[in-house]
Amino acid sequence: MSATQVLLEARRLDKRFGGVAALADVSLTIRRNEIYGLIGPNGAGKTTLFNVLTGLYEPDGGRFEFDGINLIGLKPHRVVGHGIARTFQNIRLFGNMTALENVMVGRHVRTHAGALGAILRGRRTVAEESAIRRRARELLDYVGIARHSQALSKNLSYGDQRRLEIARALATEPKLLALDEPAAGMNATETADLRRLLIKIRDDAVTVLLIEHDVKLVMGLCDRVAVLDYGRKIAEGEPAAVKNDPEVIRAYLGGALP
Amino acid sequence: MIFSHPAAWFERLRRHPAAARAGIALIAASLLVLPFALASVGTAWVRITNLAILFALLSLGLNIVVGFAGLLDLGYIAFYAVGAYCYALLASPHFGLHLPFWLILPIGAAVACLFGVLLGAPTLKLRGDYLAIVTLGFGEIVRIFLNNLSQPVNITNGPQGVTPIDPFTLGAFSFSRSDTLLGLNFSGPIKYYYLLLLVLLAVIVVNLRLQDSRLGRAWVAIREDEVAAQAMGINTRNVKLLAFAMGASFGGVAGGMFAAMQGFISPESFVLVESIMVLSMVVLGGMGNVWGVILGAILLSFVPEILRYTVEPVQKAVFGHMIVEPEVIRMLLFGLALVLMMLYRPAGLWPSTTRKREFIDAE
Repeated sequence: MSATQVLLEARRLDKRFGGVAALADVSLTIRRNEIYGLIGPNGAGKTTLFNVLTGLYEPDGGRFEFDGINLIGLKPHRVVGHGIARTFQNIRLFGNMTALENVMVGRHVRTHAGALGAILRGRRTVAEESAIRRRARELLDYVGIARHSQALSKNLSYGDQRRLEIARALATEPKLLALDEPAAGMNATETADLRRLLIKIRDDAVTVLLIEHDVKLVMGLCDRVAVLDYGRKIAEGEPAAVKNDPEVIRAYLGGALP
Repeated sequence: MIFSHPAAWFERLRRHPAAARAGIALIAASLLVLPFALASVGTAWVRITNLAILFALLSLGLNIVVGFAGLLDLGYIAFYAVGAYCYALLASPHFGLHLPFWLILPIGAAVACLFGVLLGAPTLKLRGDYLAIVTLGFGEIVRIFLNNLSQPVNITNGPQGVTPIDPFTLGAFSFSRSDTLLGLNFSGPIKYYYLLLLVLLAVIVVNLRLQDSRLGRAWVAIREDEVAAQAMGINTRNVKLLAFAMGASFGGVAGGMFAAMQGFISPESFVLVESIMVLSMVVLGGMGNVWGVILGAILLSFVPEILRYTVEPVQKAVFGHMIVEPEVIRMLLFGLALVLMMLYRPAGLWPSTTRKREFIDAE
């Protein structure tokens, strides 16, 4: 595997909360243009790992490189600038803004107009503003909720809110799109739609990191999978191999007593 | 009518641009004639109008902090004080400095802006009630400093205040003198009225443009969900500081104009009640909506004055003597208005569309 194929390389990440080791010695490698799944029982440390990768938490040990750059210690808004965008397990949209406005906020990190530009409203600001609006419309269309562009995001259906969060994250032009349980609470049809959307995103050259409880979705969709249990990585590889790993089966189903 | 469905009313105007233009022309014409009509009743009313415009300026400044960015600020009057004292100290015999107003106003805005950052920086992590308490303390600290900075070096002249403060002058043209032009008597307050109107217009344009911009969206995003805003690449620290700084500099400009118009300032003008008054104007009118905020400022500035001139004669005429003081009636009505508002129009008389959404549960 050549170095240019690697998008994110995490080495021996540690994160403790008091006496609880939320992450212990976790290493993983995410390659470009793959859908990488992260599974594990509740409390296994999946979301903690997410928060470390997106700058919300600083790890107690270890390091990770994203696209050849060390991002540890950077604030979340800087991490987005380097190309990691995320969604949240409990949807965090800007509820009282319209769907379109939500996605327009996502363009913030790739645009520049400041206070002076806003007040003087010169040609460049006007052009940037209309480009933001145009791109936001395209993205709503891309995830399939263009018809709701003027609806308040808090009034959208659950599945559409999940899609809107993905559109908002895509607006930041990420190299890695990190999704925290995007299928949670979705019915079978919505999950199937989500699956098609994620494949489309990968085929458009955005790498996807997926935390998911729905093992069937992960196994059918992901190119590679890692399994966390009690903050440790117990398996990594292609879904078929991981599925039959005895440690994974033990973690999920409980093994025989020693 | 207009207060019950302002949005629908605006929409109707948008569909009839000729009617909208005629309406704007009518409003502009009446604003131009207004001071002369008021002067015929009494010059005091022109001064009251000027103060109302000053409060509208303050409310629009506070609207950036509270209405747009959602940061509750109970010490806003401190920035007004900073602007006023900047002007007073640089254009009065107190230090013997008499700089021109077009130089001091930007200095006052800059110093107020600095104070805004000074208040914003340590309170970045605070929200809601906690932020309110700290800002309240900040407002009081500034006032107490102004009260006590008369020794060991006399900077502010303490509770006696600073006087006489230079009026605005441009060459031979003075804003404090009466001039007759085209048979019309332009008194000092009338000249200030037009200047204030011009500044108000500029501040309205700035507010409207900020509201509908990348920065305006970032402020709303922070108000809605700070973590998600960060995840969208918004530097919440800078954007919040910018809200504090811009709001403060508006207050600084208003303060400078206040000092010049009054010719005298003392710490007494910058007490906590004034901060609360400005906040009430923003909240009563409709947080986040420029027009609502102006409406709030006008209502809360004029109603007390109208009461002052009517309560006494009305009671004397009806009962033969005064039963309730105007001041008492004013507070009673104010309390009643707030209670009624909370019950029937919690988002304000003329709320912004986003704010209205927050109060009306759509589900």
